[in-house]
Amino acid sequence: MKSVVKNRKANDWYVSLVENFEAKLNGKDNLFLKDLRKSAVGKLAAADFPTLKTEEWKYTNLNRVLNKEFIHAASVEKVELTKEDIDKFKAEDFEYNLLVFINGIFSEEFSEVGKLPKNIFIGSLNDGIQSGNEFIKNYLGKQIENKTAFDHLNDTYMLDGAFVVIPDGTVLEKPIQILNISGHPNELTFNTPRNLIIAGQNAQASIFFKYVGIEGSKYFTNSVTEIYVAENALVNVYKIELEDVDSYHIERTEVYQKANSIFSHYNFTFGGSLVRNDINSKMDGENIECHLNGLYIGRDDQHFDNHTFIDHAKPNCYSNELYKGILDDKAHGVFSGKIQVDKDAQKTNAYQSNKTILLSKDASIDTKPQLEIYADDVKCSHGATVGHLDETALFYILSRGIPEEKAKSMLITAFAEDVVSKVKIKGLKEKLNHLIFEHLNRVEV
Amino acid sequence: MISIKNLKVNIEGKEILKGLNLQVNAGEVHAIMGPNGSGKSTLANVLTGNESYEVTEGEVTYNGKNLLELSPEDRAREGLFLAFQYPVEIPGISNATFLQTAINEIRKYNGKEELTPKEFLDMMRKKAKVVGMDDSLISRAVNAGFSGGEKKRNEIFQLLMLQPKLAILDETDSGLDIDALKIVSQGVNEYKSDDNAVILVTHYQRLLDYIVPDYIHVLYDGRIIKSGGKDLALELEEKGYDWIKEGEFDSVGTQG
Repeated sequence: MKSVVKNRKANDWYVSLVENFEAKLNGKDNLFLKDLRKSAVGKLAAADFPTLKTEEWKYTNLNRVLNKEFIHAASVEKVELTKEDIDKFKAEDFEYNLLVFINGIFSEEFSEVGKLPKNIFIGSLNDGIQSGNEFIKNYLGKQIENKTAFDHLNDTYMLDGAFVVIPDGTVLEKPIQILNISGHPNELTFNTPRNLIIAGQNAQASIFFKYVGIEGSKYFTNSVTEIYVAENALVNVYKIELEDVDSYHIERTEVYQKANSIFSHYNFTFGGSLVRNDINSKMDGENIECHLNGLYIGRDDQHFDNHTFIDHAKPNCYSNELYKGILDDKAHGVFSGKIQVDKDAQKTNAYQSNKTILLSKDASIDTKPQLEIYADDVKCSHGATVGHLDETALFYILSRGIPEEKAKSMLITAFAEDVVSKVKIKGLKEKLNHLIFEHLNRVEV
Repeated sequence: MISIKNLKVNIEGKEILKGLNLQVNAGEVHAIMGPNGSGKSTLANVLTGNESYEVTEGEVTYNGKNLLELSPEDRAREGLFLAFQYPVEIPGISNATFLQTAINEIRKYNGKEELTPKEFLDMMRKKAKVVGMDDSLISRAVNAGFSGGEKKRNEIFQLLMLQPKLAILDETDSGLDIDALKIVSQGVNEYKSDDNAVILVTHYQRLLDYIVPDYIHVLYDGRIIKSGGKDLALELEEKGYDWIKEGEFDSVGTQG
């Protein structure tokens, strides 16, 4: 039971830092956050961090995260970045409105928000809280159930994050790029972004999250993102996770969908030493579509854990999930996808597929698709495959005079294609293909 | 061009080719016919370098080189081409990228300059016309979503683009309707010259109405048991393979 003791210590560590954290908040704090923190810190103190004995975490050993004494980035000297740093980090492959967060704190200086339709809010959660925004009071944290210690940690240290409100009937033309830059040149830090996205009835928007880190820094990003998709709204969320090598990234994304809405999530995982994504969608209305797409590209001893949960609560909804991975060296992947079809959710269509290619004999994946069906008139399927690059296809390409390295790269592109091609932002597709080969350190065709 | 002597090949420990002899010279078209399971596709694959096949005995000399020592990619660079019986789909890789990579790798190996993008595109457009494929093919992914017939046609298109010295066509006629068969044959006939050679592997005689072979060989149980001129195909069509199986093996040997 040694690991339990260790994790219990991690728990105490984060509680012990609260006092100093509050003392150094100068101006960022207020009554609303204080109240939240007060209730959260008690829960954090009482909750255990997951161990390998926790069912939903049994393939992910958290020791490399929990055995480190991270200090909240807001409690240490502020990281100063330049415009050049931002330009280097942000995605330039499409037109956007840009929100920049450094260690989870909004940077007005580097953000670029152009002319917007009336009543749209794109900015900082902390600003929203300070100005007493009603949406925050009504929505923040309202749909998050079954909290883990990581959720309590985020609740405790919540300060800022992206806050987006797209009012009823409003279509946002350009995607919003939310750039999160984390890490500290001299300190072992953690940061706690809290993002709240609200799309009103008939609203349409694309949100692009990019997570990066300061080169060579060791840090832990503990993020919670809440997304509300009202009736008839259409929301696309992209997440490109490119955290620095020695970082840890744990995010919970909670989606709540109302009738006739369409939500699509595109989850691309490249960076970090250990990454855990929890993506939960509750489909609370009829005729909803939910699309969850993922691609994880691992090398060295990276550990990527993607957990998805789709709750079909009402009839006539459609969910489609496609998660694919390419793992090299000693990389370890985890995929757990659960689809729950509630008793009332007749005529549900739910599909799920997880496919992984292992490029080396030491790479591995644990995959666990789960269907829980309580209705009797549904169409559901799920499947998982694990394999290597196809020898027949490789021979075909070699037989055209193409060298083995390039032939393998072609097969990697071919494998990733059905996820990459779903991306609706044009310039992003090419960029993703590029990132795959850059990360795997292979020749790009 | 190529000389195959006493070639013996195993798959998963089972002997498929049991001492095959064949000589093909430049300017010739040879048809290899035979019933299912006789070893036709094995011959095509082993010549191209498929490592699932184990050569246990014999030698293959290709333009003065020991072919069996070359990797599949080097065989292609030396001018060997296989039109696959089951071409592979490569989503996400356009025909243009695929063929440009292949052609330039082959040119590099042979000490030639790479083609400029314009030279390449001009060539691609020209050759696509021969097999009745339109320009949209250029940007389409290799065989992705192609019908069986389209895939076969694309193999012949690749043949025209890569201009190999020796082309092996493995059951290229199977699954083609008569119009597609004509187009495919037209492509092969366009490719044929005095400097190159073709080995047609086929189960049926009908392809040979359009691509006329100089020699026909009957492959049965891992050996060539009869060789002859183009009239042999008609005889096979009429009588089937049984009369040869039952008959004497007097015409075993090399040709040309």
